[in-house]
Amino acid sequence: MNGDEACCEGALAAGCRFFAGYPITPATEVAESMSRRLPEIGGIYIQMEDEIASMAAILGASWGGVKSMTSTSGPGFSLMMENIGLGLCTETPCVVCNVQRAGPSTGLPTLVAQGDMMQARWGSHGHYEIIALSPSSPQEMFDFTIRAFNLSEYYRLPVIILADETIGHMNERVIIPQEEDIEIVNRRKPTVSREDYLPYEADADGIAPMANCGDGYRIHVTGLTHDDRGYPAMDAKAQEKMITRLVDKIRKNRDKIIRTQNLYLDDAEVVVVSYGISARSAMQAVRDARGEGIKAGLIKLDTVWPFPEELIRGVAPRLKAMIMAEINGGQMVLELERAACGACPVSLVSNFGGAILHPGLILNAVAKAAKEKP
Amino acid sequence: MTTAKAVKNVPPHPMDALLRTERIPHIWCPGCGIGTVFSAVLAAIKNTGWDPNTIAMVSGIGCTGRMAGYIRLDSFHTTHGRALPFATGLKLAKPDTKVIIVSGDGDLFAIGGNHFIHAARRNMDMTVVCVNNFNYGMTGGQQAPSTPLGAKTTTSVNGSPEEPFNLCDLAATCGATYVARWTAMQVRSLRSSISEALEKRGFSFVEVITPCPSSFGRRNRMGTALEMMKFYQGRSVIRSDINPSEALVDIDREIVVGKFVDTERPTFMDHYAKVNRLNLPQWRAMHSDHQKGR
Repeated sequence: MNGDEACCEGALAAGCRFFAGYPITPATEVAESMSRRLPEIGGIYIQMEDEIASMAAILGASWGGVKSMTSTSGPGFSLMMENIGLGLCTETPCVVCNVQRAGPSTGLPTLVAQGDMMQARWGSHGHYEIIALSPSSPQEMFDFTIRAFNLSEYYRLPVIILADETIGHMNERVIIPQEEDIEIVNRRKPTVSREDYLPYEADADGIAPMANCGDGYRIHVTGLTHDDRGYPAMDAKAQEKMITRLVDKIRKNRDKIIRTQNLYLDDAEVVVVSYGISARSAMQAVRDARGEGIKAGLIKLDTVWPFPEELIRGVAPRLKAMIMAEINGGQMVLELERAACGACPVSLVSNFGGAILHPGLILNAVAKAAKEKP
Repeated sequence: MTTAKAVKNVPPHPMDALLRTERIPHIWCPGCGIGTVFSAVLAAIKNTGWDPNTIAMVSGIGCTGRMAGYIRLDSFHTTHGRALPFATGLKLAKPDTKVIIVSGDGDLFAIGGNHFIHAARRNMDMTVVCVNNFNYGMTGGQQAPSTPLGAKTTTSVNGSPEEPFNLCDLAATCGATYVARWTAMQVRSLRSSISEALEKRGFSFVEVITPCPSSFGRRNRMGTALEMMKFYQGRSVIRSDINPSEALVDIDREIVVGKFVDTERPTFMDHYAKVNRLNLPQWRAMHSDHQKGR
């Protein structure tokens, strides 16, 4: 199956039973698959009037106690930013799959890019932390979609899947495990009485148990800055307290959230960092470099946000160079530079979208960096 | 928007069970009509006899949107204009929940206009109560899609150059199965219409012409809050069952009020279940057992 279809199957395996979306290339196949599959298993598919409504609807469905998701591409992702913010502020579990195409604006609707990396991180207004995963194959579309739901349910926030057109439209074999072999995480429910329940009072790990609509807790949920009761609190102190918790629940659990796949890292002198479809070009380049006797390595970012800065900081001092391979003008390379913090040179192999990166380009950069004196 | 110190030793209010009393005093200005509409909503909800745990309120942003923060139900104060799509998701995820949307004219018909059109077209089973005060109150009184032609606001100091929506006509055209309009002074009719709307199976819409003395009234020299309320009531003419396209809101001549649409057609869920041959959770028919608060 293709990556978009794998995303749908992963969502269903994770327990998703509500999808609201709007057609957009190259993510349409996610919605089409959902519209066919959800009614078969008693779920709801609804095609909304736009992506703003789609995002709002999945938040509503999540508060109704149903795991929900939407999928889109750049133009729709821009429209979703408003209610992604509402989801972050109200701590609403849900999943947004962005199958990236080249922008800005309508750009290249049918062609690949990875230009929404910073938008996923900072696109909604205000300060927050986000979780975003980047699959590099249809199999990872399936696996990462399940993980996206698990992370969203556990940490209570919209989790973003940053796929791309090539992965979305690529057909590969996808192995769907037996139901009992799939790990499923469900949101923590309150155990106290209605009188004692504070909807935004967190447990020790920074996560607050979540009562759904109709559970009898008569919750109030608002996008205004709020206190533990969920009531609006219009002052700097309340803002400090709320945002600190929203940020800390991700920051303090980074080691549990961040996942990378590392190749030949132990003895590498030049490391390529990449994600999504570009990570496959990078992997080929690194293997080719090894074939030429160059000590190359790869860090594939399965989690792009939060960025694995501890890992980068740890390896950078013993490297000749690090190279970011991505399809944009240089977005995640900024994070790489920040994390490497001058401990080794950092460079970029990229294009602005429309085509995947040729492994030869990355290999050339690796070979050049390997020749430099340390 | 004003704030007041909490008044101590206030006798209990008949609606206390449905109020987050710890959040009172509310933020609405003295003389604002939203409190009257809120009371009518509460009374209508109480009148249904439904279990409060099966009712949810969803609102957008603005003065009216704050109702969701004062009602002791599952309540959701969402983003500007997005109450309806949020409510759509909530309703479809939990079809046995009765969903009430409360918001202002600007929220529902400017930024949220597209969502309103489509929620009505789909005949989503929910009730929308729109407080129409002819301007954006929360931000200090700007021109809205409901502002009468020539009326003064902070962004139309020489008079609004735009013709307003006829909200009831729009709702009816888009497919609402229940449409009514009252002024905030006509409390009994309003309460009874909201009750009917809640009991209605399908997309029901109640518009309330509501005084905003602090902003709209002040800029248009409409006098005190009470004078304004009486003015709207005096201008109102009851013409139920006429074509809503003829039910005009013209504050210089007449404000046509009444119940304009009360019909039946299948809801989104009815169609969804049918085309997909699903045995989905049934919509709660309003039988007597529900009125006992099952």
